[in-house]
Amino acid sequence: MKTPPIFKAVNGLGLILLFIIFAMPFIWMASTAFKTLGETLTFPPVWIPETFQWGNFAQAWSSGPFLKYFFNSVIVTLFILILQFATIIPAAYAFARYNFPMKNFFFALTMICLMIPSQLIFLPVYLNLSSWGILDTIWGLILPFATSAFGIFLLRQSFMQVPEELLEAARLDDATEWQIIRKIMLPLAKPVLVTLALFSFIAHWNDYFWPLVMTTNDTARTLPLGIAMLRQVEGGASWNIVMAGNLLLVLPILIVFFFAQRHIIRAFVYTGVK
Amino acid sequence: MAEIRLENISKAFNEDRVVKNISLTIKEGSFTVLVGPSGCGKSTILRMLAGFEKQTEGDIWIGDKLVNDLSPSKRDIAMVFQNYALYPTMTVKGNIEFGLTNRKVPKKERQQLIEEIAGIVGLTEHLNKKPDKLSGGQRQRVALARAMVKKPKVFILDEPLSNLDAKLRTQMRAELIQLHEKLGTTFVYVTHDQVEAMSMGDEIIILNQGVVQQKAAPIEVYENPGNIFAAEFIGQPPMNVFERKAFAETLEGVPEEAHYIGFRPEHAGISSAAVSVPHTIELESEILALETLGAESIYKVKNRIGVMNIRSFSAPLPKHAICFVSIPHEKLYPFGADKAAGPELNLSVKKEAALNGID
Repeated sequence: MKTPPIFKAVNGLGLILLFIIFAMPFIWMASTAFKTLGETLTFPPVWIPETFQWGNFAQAWSSGPFLKYFFNSVIVTLFILILQFATIIPAAYAFARYNFPMKNFFFALTMICLMIPSQLIFLPVYLNLSSWGILDTIWGLILPFATSAFGIFLLRQSFMQVPEELLEAARLDDATEWQIIRKIMLPLAKPVLVTLALFSFIAHWNDYFWPLVMTTNDTARTLPLGIAMLRQVEGGASWNIVMAGNLLLVLPILIVFFFAQRHIIRAFVYTGVK
Repeated sequence: MAEIRLENISKAFNEDRVVKNISLTIKEGSFTVLVGPSGCGKSTILRMLAGFEKQTEGDIWIGDKLVNDLSPSKRDIAMVFQNYALYPTMTVKGNIEFGLTNRKVPKKERQQLIEEIAGIVGLTEHLNKKPDKLSGGQRQRVALARAMVKKPKVFILDEPLSNLDAKLRTQMRAELIQLHEKLGTTFVYVTHDQVEAMSMGDEIIILNQGVVQQKAAPIEVYENPGNIFAAEFIGQPPMNVFERKAFAETLEGVPEEAHYIGFRPEHAGISSAAVSVPHTIELESEILALETLGAESIYKVKNRIGVMNIRSFSAPLPKHAICFVSIPHEKLYPFGADKAAGPELNLSVKKEAALNGID
């Protein structure tokens, strides 16, 4: 059956509309980052600035200890990723492949963690970290995210798809459980791992709420906080500078996404092992 | 090479006893086939042998080692799985090498072993391919190579041919027999296919509901089935078995202990006219169905004894015709009340009942 051209046209229009809704804020951000302060305030808005103000980036960067923020962001995000993988992988393997007492209870507990919003528990966590004396340190930003319920869940699903015979064959081949994880399970779960890493990276690289709660000075502040503080520079908000800072903030994410795209698509159309 | 001994092995899953007190010895260097319908416990026995399941009771010996508490890798066995279970992210070489690397075999020796095995199974040119680029038969060979390279004492094969098409299966059957001869290792082979069991095994063990029905050479099972189950399981179509009273009015001298009497479909004759051969029961029959297979024909006929299958190698008779089935006395096979092979028969035909029987 052929689709009537009118439906094709409506379909196309709908897609274009959706694209505009999604892309508009980003284009607006990118365009503003290159404007003069005057251009940001004109109405109707100017989309392409008269001259590209590359200086905005330098100004944004130098209007605070941004190297420190950047360094903090890198360390925090990196450590969160490392700790998450170190905890998620064995947990997911155990949930997927072992039988142990109260397994279902513990898995339910993990799922509950997934359902509780962090805004609900930040106060007890804050008090706890405060009693450990690690407020205003990067550990206060890292430790609460040392594992991920979502990661355990997603990886468990992926591990469960691996046929049992494969593990039995590996055990006959003298493989230890760690070797089975490393040589068989993880290579098969690669798309899921890449997706998890990317989600986690984006979430923690962009995280605003938690660093805002946990830090009171520049020693542990991360990039999103620094960018947000650009608004308060020199009394009024220089939107062009703020947007230049934002563009710097999202640049690493865009680069990573560009390289990991193939794996992400595969993770979502994952059909299992033949 | 090693002999395998199972002593009073039982296995229960919760309340369900799937293997019931089995004791058997698998001879060193033999090609032993465990065969039976699904759910008969054959795969469970295999998995207990490999160490993936722990028996509820009993001892398992491989060679002179009691392996009850040994992990699978310490049992000196190799296994070929039904779905091959090749490591999908590794190349053919990686698949064969994995076990060797884990056993810390030096690299030079590994290389040599892989080349040798790849040559034997004909995979040399595929060593750098991933399993998903191989055909079913090639995957099967990789699975065999992976098992062989460890030089195990016992090979365990779990329905290894069931995923192949009919032509390839026949070919692999012959290759496995040759491989067994070449290696001389003990092979334990599980299948539900009686043709595979008959054609490949030195010895076949027929299982049903967790109990050994018969353990003997294939030809012995065929000629002297231990009980009705074995008689009906081996042979295509299965042996025709009837209760004693069906024969009692035709035959004289059927001993009291023979509660059932059977005969193989290929041992009866079928013809369009009565032939009157001595020491033979002849029955006027109606043909209900006919399968023509080229070299042979399989009839389903009905007569005064009951409905039976007859396998004949002569030209097919017309369907729905009246025909004459003749069963030589010496091919009748008695079973006792417990359905086990029964007493010897010494028969004569009742004159009034036999259509054309001559004593």
